[in-house]
Amino acid sequence: MNKILRKVVLAPDIKLFEIETPSIAEKVQPGQFVIIKTHEKGERFPLTVADVNPQNHSITIVFQEVGKSSTYLGTFKEGEEILDVVGPLGKASEIELFGTVVCVGGGIGVAPIYPILKALKAKGNKIISIIGAKNKSLLILEDEIRKASDELYITTDDGSYGKKGFVSNELTRLIKDGIEINHVVAIGPPIMMKVVTDVTRPYKIKTIVSLNSIMVDGTGMCGACRVEIDGKTKFACVDGPEFDGHLVNFDLLMNRLNIYLKEEKTSLENFKNENSNCCKNKNC
Amino acid sequence: MPKVSPVKTPVREQSPEERIHNFNEVPFGYSPEEAIFEAKRCLQCKKPKCMEGCPVEIDIPGFIGQIAEGNFIEAVRIMKNKNSLPAICGRVCPQEEQCEKYCLLGKMGEPVAIGRLERFIADWEAKQGKIEMPEIAPSTGKKIAIIGSGPAGLTVAGDLIKLGHKVVVFEALHKPGGVLIYGIPEFRLPKAIVGREVDYIKKMGVELVLSYVVGKLKTVDELLEEFDAVFVGTGAGLPWFMFLPGENYNGVYSANEYLTRSNLMKAYLFPEYDTPIIRGKRVAIIGGGNVAMDSARTALRLGAKHSMIIYRRSKVEMPARNEEIEHAEKEGVEFHFLTNPIAYHADKDGWVREMECIRMELGEPDKSGRRRPIPINNSNFRTPVDVVVVAIGNSPNPLIPSTTPGLEMGKRENVVVDEATGKTSKERVWAGGDIATGAATVILAMGAGKVAARSIHEYLQTGKW
Repeated sequence: MNKILRKVVLAPDIKLFEIETPSIAEKVQPGQFVIIKTHEKGERFPLTVADVNPQNHSITIVFQEVGKSSTYLGTFKEGEEILDVVGPLGKASEIELFGTVVCVGGGIGVAPIYPILKALKAKGNKIISIIGAKNKSLLILEDEIRKASDELYITTDDGSYGKKGFVSNELTRLIKDGIEINHVVAIGPPIMMKVVTDVTRPYKIKTIVSLNSIMVDGTGMCGACRVEIDGKTKFACVDGPEFDGHLVNFDLLMNRLNIYLKEEKTSLENFKNENSNCCKNKNC
Repeated sequence: MPKVSPVKTPVREQSPEERIHNFNEVPFGYSPEEAIFEAKRCLQCKKPKCMEGCPVEIDIPGFIGQIAEGNFIEAVRIMKNKNSLPAICGRVCPQEEQCEKYCLLGKMGEPVAIGRLERFIADWEAKQGKIEMPEIAPSTGKKIAIIGSGPAGLTVAGDLIKLGHKVVVFEALHKPGGVLIYGIPEFRLPKAIVGREVDYIKKMGVELVLSYVVGKLKTVDELLEEFDAVFVGTGAGLPWFMFLPGENYNGVYSANEYLTRSNLMKAYLFPEYDTPIIRGKRVAIIGGGNVAMDSARTALRLGAKHSMIIYRRSKVEMPARNEEIEHAEKEGVEFHFLTNPIAYHADKDGWVREMECIRMELGEPDKSGRRRPIPINNSNFRTPVDVVVVAIGNSPNPLIPSTTPGLEMGKRENVVVDEATGKTSKERVWAGGDIATGAATVILAMGAGKVAARSIHEYLQTGKW
């Protein structure tokens, strides 16, 4: 169960796994996520599914090593099994014929946008993609996104690849150029999604975002993932993870993502110390 | 015959000063001598009233009579004949409202300590290291799917496997037990005991599938293609909030999240375990039920200087069991009655720092028969807090209802069932526990499981819905 069939290092600290999960692979739809727990004492954390591979009954996940749990996950090797993978959770993306759709992916957010983009393309939409990262080495899935899109624009914060600047700058340019945009999907760091929704708001372009709240069970039982949509409390796990970006309280989302910063730091430091000891002792 | 003691044989327990610093169980349980002494108080009534109070129909005088004789193994057999989860029931049943309420001795003094004896016999068996297995009927070739491994689901599983049916239990979380594992704290129900009872169910032949979300993977309709019957026991897993200003600030938890972090994920052992929890110094718990008591006592054990119950009515209206309230009081939980929060205030980083409350007074009785709390004008006040736990109740989890066409739903978003059989409006689908009743108790869920198991068995034999 949950065997890692393929492991690819996409960028420093960013890894791609294909995990054998036949029952999830059969049912998962674009926009849905899984919750992973790597070991007995581990925590449960959500990851949006980045692809399905029917030929080997697997799902693809892409993650960045930031805290202990993601770093721990990154230590798994091909052939090893992940303790718990549960899903698919959350609602699927709305895949309709909108016309011209701009898909904006920032950083690690490029991965979850990939299956949504493919489904929108298959539905007959014209897909303009904008993907970006801090620098060239952190840019992921460029070839895949290019293949699935009608147009692709790339930005990096430092200008080491594509245009210098943010993905939101490119979106602004497209709008200013008079391109008719019917629908926008934006996934990435909360601040990026917030800026993108600020760009599209005056033009009343519907903008869907995917919220990466802290979760525990992922089935609506705990309420850790509370977000505010149009002033009302919603649970990202069952009411989302996708919402109308113009109605999201991003400041609250960003506050709540910081709840355990201190504890996450402790966990990561302990883990790194333990691991360095382990390596010294075992010469691995 | 020696005169019967008018009071229950006391049970030794951790002192309040000691126990608020650990998560170990509070009472130690009876020794064999204490159990025999207590069992001898039982009058062995010809028409035992106590049994009328037991939702799972345990032969109470039967097993107590065997304890009195020192015949513990026979007591185990009698107990397990009706109850597959005695170590759990002995700990978390509200016996004072059930079996013990009807005990004749209770008319003059204290009733027989049936709950403590039940716990004793279950723990005694576990200590022997040899678990008594019941007889399993020959295979019927029928298959039943059970959704949810909480008290209702485990009871249905235990009853149907004995009758020779194949039983598969689907659980969404990574550990079985439902509310027994995520909700009830370690100091009330050690998780090793839940694990033991689940192992027993598995040993009888029940198959357990973890991390499987029915409705997201297979739906009930898809399960019905493979199984002869489906039992829905998915519990009351949707926490209520009051939708007050500031309720989403950092540090404000639902009781479900607070307890799940601590119990299921063992956040009280952070950083040995990876799941964190905020250890508040001034913790306010909103609500007056058992879950509120569990949260308040958990807060103390996580190092709170002040663990405060904020309840809008007065002490007599509190829905929590007396025993839970007493435990909380002894441990130093502070009770603020006739008080209701109206807003939370945060610091510049969005962390809750103050709770604004209003004083209440009691008016005429409401639908529940309890006097209605009415806010007193201009009685607002603020008090510092760094963690808030909202423990005002839960709705049934909507995951199954929303993915199962043909399942009739009630006003409180519960699945409508026939009380005598547990049948839903959908053929071959039964339901029971909190999903049908709204948030209630472990033993009522088990009782509903027993009813449904009987009806499922009857259906599987006759084929008549």
